Amino acid sequence: MIPEPAERVAARTFPVAELRRRLAARPEADWLRNLRGSALASVEAKGLPTRRDEAWKYTDVGALGVAAYGAAEAPVGTPPAIKSLTETLQLVLVNGFLVTPGPEVLPAGVSISRLDASISAELVQARLGGVLSPEGKPFVALNTASFAEGVVVRIAAGTDVETPIELISLGLPGGEPVAFHPRCLVVVEAGATATLIERHCGKGRYFSNGVVEVALADHATLRHYTLQDEAADAVHVGTLGIALGKESRYEGVVVHVGARLARHEVHAGIDGDRASFSLDGAYLGSAQQHIDNTTWVTHRAVGGNSRQVFKGVLDEQAKGIFQGKVLVERDAQKTDAHQLSKALLLSDRAEMDGKPELEIYADDVKCGHGCTVGDIDEKALFYLRARGIDEETARALLIEAFLAEVMEQIAVGPVREAFAAVVGQRLGGAHLIRRTDDHW
Amino acid sequence: MMTDGMDQVRSLAEQKYKYGFITDIEADVAPKGLSEDTIRFISAKKNEPEWLLEWRLRAYRLWLNQVEPRWAKIHHAPIDYQDSYYYSAPKTKDGPKSMDEVDPKLLETYEKLGVPLHERAILAGVAVDAVFDSVSVATTYKGKLEELGIIFMSMSEAVTKHPDLVRRYLGSVVPYSDNYFATLNSAVFTDGSFVYVPPGVHCPMELSTYFRINAANTGQFERTLIIADKGAYVSYLEGCTAPMRDENQLHAAVVELVALDEAQIKYSTVQNWYPGDENGKGGIYNFVTKRGACRGRASRISWTQVETGSAITWKYPSCILQGDDSVGEFYSVAITNNYQQADTGTKMIHIGRNTRSQIISKGISAGHADNTYRGLVRVLPKAEGARNHTQCDSLLIGNHCGAHTAPYIESRNPSARIEHEATTSKISEDQLFYARQRGMSSEEAVSLIVNGFCRDVLQHLPMEFAVEAQKLVGISLEGSVG
Repeated sequence: MIPEPAERVAARTFPVAELRRRLAARPEADWLRNLRGSALASVEAKGLPTRRDEAWKYTDVGALGVAAYGAAEAPVGTPPAIKSLTETLQLVLVNGFLVTPGPEVLPAGVSISRLDASISAELVQARLGGVLSPEGKPFVALNTASFAEGVVVRIAAGTDVETPIELISLGLPGGEPVAFHPRCLVVVEAGATATLIERHCGKGRYFSNGVVEVALADHATLRHYTLQDEAADAVHVGTLGIALGKESRYEGVVVHVGARLARHEVHAGIDGDRASFSLDGAYLGSAQQHIDNTTWVTHRAVGGNSRQVFKGVLDEQAKGIFQGKVLVERDAQKTDAHQLSKALLLSDRAEMDGKPELEIYADDVKCGHGCTVGDIDEKALFYLRARGIDEETARALLIEAFLAEVMEQIAVGPVREAFAAVVGQRLGGAHLIRRTDDHW
Repeated sequence: MMTDGMDQVRSLAEQKYKYGFITDIEADVAPKGLSEDTIRFISAKKNEPEWLLEWRLRAYRLWLNQVEPRWAKIHHAPIDYQDSYYYSAPKTKDGPKSMDEVDPKLLETYEKLGVPLHERAILAGVAVDAVFDSVSVATTYKGKLEELGIIFMSMSEAVTKHPDLVRRYLGSVVPYSDNYFATLNSAVFTDGSFVYVPPGVHCPMELSTYFRINAANTGQFERTLIIADKGAYVSYLEGCTAPMRDENQLHAAVVELVALDEAQIKYSTVQNWYPGDENGKGGIYNFVTKRGACRGRASRISWTQVETGSAITWKYPSCILQGDDSVGEFYSVAITNNYQQADTGTKMIHIGRNTRSQIISKGISAGHADNTYRGLVRVLPKAEGARNHTQCDSLLIGNHCGAHTAPYIESRNPSARIEHEATTSKISEDQLFYARQRGMSSEEAVSLIVNGFCRDVLQHLPMEFAVEAQKLVGISLEGSVG
């Protein structure tokens, strides 16, 4: 095997000494210090993954030099006002620091606090890192070792929260590029129902490495809508872990329009019988954007249901990745698992790589996946042109229709419209897909 | 009702390997183990030219620095490469001049296998280049092929008689540096088949070779090279049965296909090496590199395989679609039972314009077996108008086996269309009930359903093989059902 050149090794190695110094200076509880310590050891041992790691075969985060980005400092002054997508309970993190911890009066059954707040200490100690262990996940380890402030959202048993909770992560580096690590823990107790909106945006060069852990108790439901609209020079890595209890439901939609490089990684565990998991994704890439959606769904319980649909549109030199693995363990009989990835390539230099995987050890299951890559259907285009629609409009219409299947999965009307508006803004103009930074 | 099916599966699982017998023939054996001396011994035994020995040694030196691939979903005890014989040939005095001179024990073996040699060969219309252990013993039907200018002989004979052709094409599709097992094969290959079909010639019969591992502890390193010149057509059959044995045997073959303009090669395999017993003891380790190059315009390469044997199958017959309008096809049935492990699939590399490929893979897993489809479809930027369709279906029988699908799809051309579909299921009670209701026994019903499941692949086999393949599917899964 050819050894890696020294400068590439350096690019993947974090300034661990600096991280350690920062940790030591932090007044934290022993359990958290220990959790961070073991995560840091793993960061030190492994560094950033390379393309030789199977899970990172198509995405090299280290190549963009993010390991050298300095840690973000707490922002000073008043936080920028962010327009809410709809009427929401808004929480704002700037560079990983919680600057707007939500309204003072929360609906009954909802509690929101900082990760290190004493009121949630017991819950956090019991749950943090429980859904997503840093083991084998280099960016979760990095986040665990480094996050500044995190958020805990807890929905009490039996509560049906109508107002969506909107979590906004803003990247606002001063001059030099910075790295920050937003962290969020969402606990939905038995029989409760809630909606979570997650938005990522910013300006300038930064590396956002977020981790969200979702624990769904028996019969709980979470609708989770994510809009990744990071700045054009940003590197975005987001890891989402979901543990599903008995007959719980998770309905997720993730829409990517921003970032220079984005990796959205989902680990879902169907731990309780008859739980239902659905995840839809839409992504638009242009210029040199690199958008990676990677999912691991593990069925461990009987009668689980999982479905995933990812649709991407790639223009110019954009590159799209879809890696999805469905693992059905021996005891997960009567599992129904489906996965679909479709991509449209609009330019000669765009690229799509897909790797849908099934690993199945139970016999009484229905599992399937589909994967297609192609360009816009010439016949459909002709049909529209024949009805007097100009080519550009016709193509935009067809792309919108292509993505509609995903957008329609957003069950909350105003959120669906707001997400569709952001997608719509990027469709049209000289290039089919263009960047705008002005909608927040 | 399903209990019936389960009982059946159990009865199949307990079935003994039907082709297990050992022929006792004095072997001319190289010293045990692998070294430059072993390679020089093999090369000298075969009177090879200097360039070939050099090529072997280059491969060997590279191999020493390579590591065994670990990415496949297979598990096995470490292979001791020094604990194997790398050359073993049936003793010949001056070489048989006719069939009468062939060792009668060999002929007996072929009888048992049902290989149609001498009159039987003519009756069956099949030319057989029978490989017993590592050296070709007899080749029939040569006359007719020679008339047409078709070269069909053992690789060692071809090295002497057609050195230019061998030198031009050997390693041109699978270079000696390709992968761990192909590199090992390049260093120590003993024999195999060589086929050259001249321009415009349509080979009138199916060419066939039976491979058979015989002497204990002899790894089998076959090297096959098939070249179809412009406008030529050839269909080649490869079939394997191996005797019962307790120690694991390594098999690392390399097959290279070259299709020039408008040429067509159809390569069919029925692989039934000894799979090990019902406790997973013994069985062949089958690490094979098979690759075809569609070099010419509108050329076509088609792989069809029925994999029922071997303890471990590691095999990815691939097509490099270089010529414009070329076509690659892969049709596969892989059946694993007991503790067998199969990690098999294909690679379709689209380079030329309007290249097309089709993949149909059917995996059936029973007992404690693991069956993985692993494939790659890659469309390069110049492959304007490329098309691929992939269908992978898995069937699970019983609750201790695994079925896995790991396709890689990489597209770099917007005009390319790639479609991949995969499903995993079991034989449903509804299907069984429907068939039973119409008066079939549950055995017949299972047979019908499994046959239906594999039909898309089996129909691509040549007539000569279809019967054997159906029989193998039956033996592997259907118990006494005829």
